[in-house]
This record gives sequence, structure tokens and C-alpha cells, in this order.
Amino acid sequence: MAVTVSIKRLERSIERRRRVDRIFYIIFLLSTLISTVSLIVIFTTLGFESFNFFTHVSIVEFLTSTKWTALFSEKHFGVLPLLNATILTSLIAIAIAAPLGVMIALFLSEYASSDTRSVVKPLVETLAGIPTVVYGYFALYFVTPNLLRPLWEGLQLHNALAVGLMIGILIIPIVASISDDAMAAVPSDLRLAAYAVGSRKSDVALRVVLPAALSGVSASIILAFARAMGETMIAAIAGGFRSILTFNIGESMETMTAYIAQVATGDAPHGTIEYQSLFAVGLFLLLITASLNYIGIKVVKRWAIRY
Amino acid sequence: MEIESYNQLLKNYVELSKEEMSDITGPEVVKVENLKVVYGDKTAIDGVNISFKRNNITAIIGPSGCGKSTLLRSINRMNDLIPGAKVSGKVYFNGVDVYSRDVDPVFIRSKIGMVFQRPNPFPFSIFDNVAFGLRVNGFKLSKSELYEKVKDALVKAALWDEVKDRLNKHAYSLSGGQQQRLCIARALAVDPEVLLLDEPTVSLDPISTARIESLLRSIKDEYTIIIVTHNMLQAARVSDYTAVMMPDENMVGRIIEFGETRQIFTNPRDKRTEDYISGRIG
Repeated sequence: MAVTVSIKRLERSIERRRRVDRIFYIIFLLSTLISTVSLIVIFTTLGFESFNFFTHVSIVEFLTSTKWTALFSEKHFGVLPLLNATILTSLIAIAIAAPLGVMIALFLSEYASSDTRSVVKPLVETLAGIPTVVYGYFALYFVTPNLLRPLWEGLQLHNALAVGLMIGILIIPIVASISDDAMAAVPSDLRLAAYAVGSRKSDVALRVVLPAALSGVSASIILAFARAMGETMIAAIAGGFRSILTFNIGESMETMTAYIAQVATGDAPHGTIEYQSLFAVGLFLLLITASLNYIGIKVVKRWAIRY
Repeated sequence: MEIESYNQLLKNYVELSKEEMSDITGPEVVKVENLKVVYGDKTAIDGVNISFKRNNITAIIGPSGCGKSTLLRSINRMNDLIPGAKVSGKVYFNGVDVYSRDVDPVFIRSKIGMVFQRPNPFPFSIFDNVAFGLRVNGFKLSKSELYEKVKDALVKAALWDEVKDRLNKHAYSLSGGQQQRLCIARALAVDPEVLLLDEPTVSLDPISTARIESLLRSIKDEYTIIIVTHNMLQAARVSDYTAVMMPDENMVGRIIEFGETRQIFTNPRDKRTEDYISGRIG
């Protein structure tokens, strides 16, 4: 009698635990689905509205025309001025972030004691945590008037240079952190081998660790470049909304992201071509940054299996 | 005429030939006196006295953890790279204490090369691996001189015939045994006087091991070789002298016997040596 009761209880408890197990599985699965489904929804929305856009504007005009006058009465939809502004600001940013980030990584991985490293690395990573709107108005109200104008008289208030510099500071941690991980993965055997033939510390850092970590370092630069291209707030605040094709980085120029921010915060009526152009530009940007990310991840993988 | 200061040693390297140098410095290239190495609060070796003769191979044998590698790393100051390592006592290299204040450890390491347990070629081409030391040491060499030095080192390391047609191939395309010979070539390229080998064949198969042993015998007329091994047969096969190390009751490594290899293996003076080489301990 007592035996059957306890067996029933045991079965019930097993059943209950099995159900709990199942519930957790469903919760985890749903969480994962939300992120993947979001990606699919974003892609289809962008694709759908872009498709509408391209029924009015040919892809050839979009990719080759040098005029972007979406908000004027005479409309031209050549993405080149926006693309040019995005690439110029990102190149300035990477010209700052790549050398600085790599040198910070070399310092952290080869020179800093573990105590110094545990203080400095989080500090550097904090740079990426500052809200980008702060970088934006810092560029506009401090960097341009106080740092750049004394050196460059004709500099416009909104200009690509300040935007690029601030994005550069923003993405330093991406380069530094990923490069540092890559350098930390270089086996210490190689450092010893270098010392054993009479290397100095700088030889070890520059001639062994840096080349051995090169794929990780390149990946960090590619990923940082993708991040720079996607940066919106700094470009919108400090770069302005002047969609003119120019190579003068002292002038205001509108990046792809700044255009999206401008139109999306204005009142482009649903269904109009200005409204649809947002999605075309967004899709175009997404394709570029996604391929950069893909290349970056590929490069990281190649480095991960080296040793 | 003995060399007393580091500056004089440097000067002699610039002005004298190898033969003149060895005439001055005598047969003892490396002489260790009362050496003690401490890692943090653990004493690894203590009271170590030994000297290594020019153009001979000396083996250091003993069970794991007896301080063989520690002794080896003390000779070219590789212990400096281990945080918390403290060295006291003297290590004379050609009459100059490598631990005296004015000595640059980087120079010492360019004269006392080292090969490690596991092959550790750089992730570069075969050529660049061997040329590495020549480049960092600032040798001013033309392209053809560099090539000749690299070739020379690869020939000595008995690897030239296998790689001469693919010097620009990645070092990782070589087998483990070839990689270890590449590491030996890399060490020889900077023209050291002493070559330290820390269990160089422990990760290799018997055939690769045999090739390395025979190459060591073939280069010993030009170098002074010190090899750490826990393979007693290897010590018996390659070395002229053998030092036996053993941890004492406090697990501090000490040299218990040192002599000609033949004597150590046929007529050991210390009971522990006899037990160790006959496999009763270790």
C-alpha cells in the first residue's frame, strides 16, 4: 500500500520535472527565434520597400548618378554623394583607430603588467560605451571650433573631418580589444624563441607577435570599419545634411546614415518616394556592412585555427 | 690573459677570431658557481656548481622536477622572463658573470642560443624563420650574404636537402622533426658559441630523434652543447659529459654527480645515480 503511493509520487515528480525541462526549452527557443525572426523581418521590410523604390528609380541611376536631391522638387537619386561621405568619414576614422588601436593592443598584451592591463583594458573599452550623441555634440561644439578651426581656417562648422575623428575615437576599442585577444592567443613559445636568438622586447612585439596575430588584427580593422560606416549620431550631428559629392573633408557632407536619420525624423509621408528611398539606402548600407562583418568573421576564423 | 669585464668581452668579439677567443678564455666556456634559483617562495635549485667544456656535449639528466630546465634557463638568462624568478650565485660565460649589472641579457642570448621542448617555429616561411635572428641582431648583410648564412645554418641542422627547393613555404608545412631541426637552424644562424637544448626530442618519433642526435654530434666541433634530457639512453648516445640532478628531501634540485658520460653510466660513484640510471628511481 505505502509502496504504491510512493511510486505514484515519484512518477508525478518525474513528470513535473520533465515538464519544467520542456518549458525551459521553449523559453530558450523563443528567445532565439525573436532575434532571428527580427533579422528576417528587417530584411523583408527593407527588401519590399526598396523594391517599390526601384520601380521608380533604376538601379543604374541609384548606383551611378552623382546627384542626391531626394528632398527637392527636382529629384535625383544617385547614392554616390552619400556613399562618398560614408566612406570618407570611415576612412578618416580607421586612419585614427587602426594605428592607435593596434599600439594599445601591443601595449596591453606585451608591455603592461597584469595589474595595469586589468585597469587599462576596461578603461579603453569604456570609450565604446559613451553614448554616440555625446561624441556628436563634442565634435560639433568642441573639436571643430577649438581644435580644428585654429589649424584650418576655412573649415565649415559641419564637416567630415570632425565626424571622422570622433568616429575614430569611438571605434578604437573595437580594434584594441579584438587585436589584443588575437595577440594573447599567440603562443608564448614563440616569444621565448624570439628572446632566445637575442630579440629585444620591441622585436618580439613587432616582428613576432604582430605578424603572428595579423589575421586577428586585420579582422578587428574590418569590423571597426563596418562599425564606422554604420555610425549615425555623430555623422548626423556633426556632419550635417548636405548631400553634395565632394572630396573636401573640411566641408559638410551627408552620410547614408545621416540621410536616413534626417528623413526618418522628418515627416516624409508613408508611400512617397522619399519614404521609400530610406529603405533603399538602408538596404544598401546593410549589405555593405554585413559583407564587411562576414569577411571580418572569416578572417578571425582563419586566425583561430592557426595554432 | 683572462677576460674580466663585459666591455672587454664585447671588444674581443669585435676584434678577435673564434680561435683567438678560445685561446684566451680557455676550455671552460660556461662555469656555474653556487647557483640558486627561487620561483616566488619555492627554491628550484640550490648549490649548483658545474662547468661546461668547449666543443663538448654535456647532458643534464634527472627525474622530472629536479631543476634541469631551470639550470639550463639560468645560463642564458631566460629565467629573467619568468615573473618571480630570482637567481643568485654566478654564471660565468667566457669569464664574465652574465648576472653582473652591466651585462645585457640580449647579447648573452645571441651568444648562447636555445632550443625548446616542443618545436616552436614562427608562423613565417622557412627562410624567414632562420633569417629572424640575423635580422633582429642588426647584422648588416646583403641579400646573398643573408642567403648564405641561412643556407649554412640549414646545412648544419641537416635540413637543407629537404627544404632547399621550398624555402618560401610556410614553416608549419614541415613535419614535427623537421620543425625542430628548423628551430636548431634558427638558433645556429646567429652564430652562437653555446647551444642549450631543453629536451629537444621529447615530442618526436625515434627516427626524428636519431637525426637530431646525429646532427648534434656533427656540429659539436664548432659549438658547446648542453642538452637537458630525461632519456638516459639519449644522454649515453650523444654526450661527452653527464650531470645527474636529483631533488633533495625538500624538493630542491641539486647536482649529485658530474663526470664523463662513460664513467657515469658504467661506474657511477653515487648510489642514487646508479639507482636512477638502472631505472629503480625517477
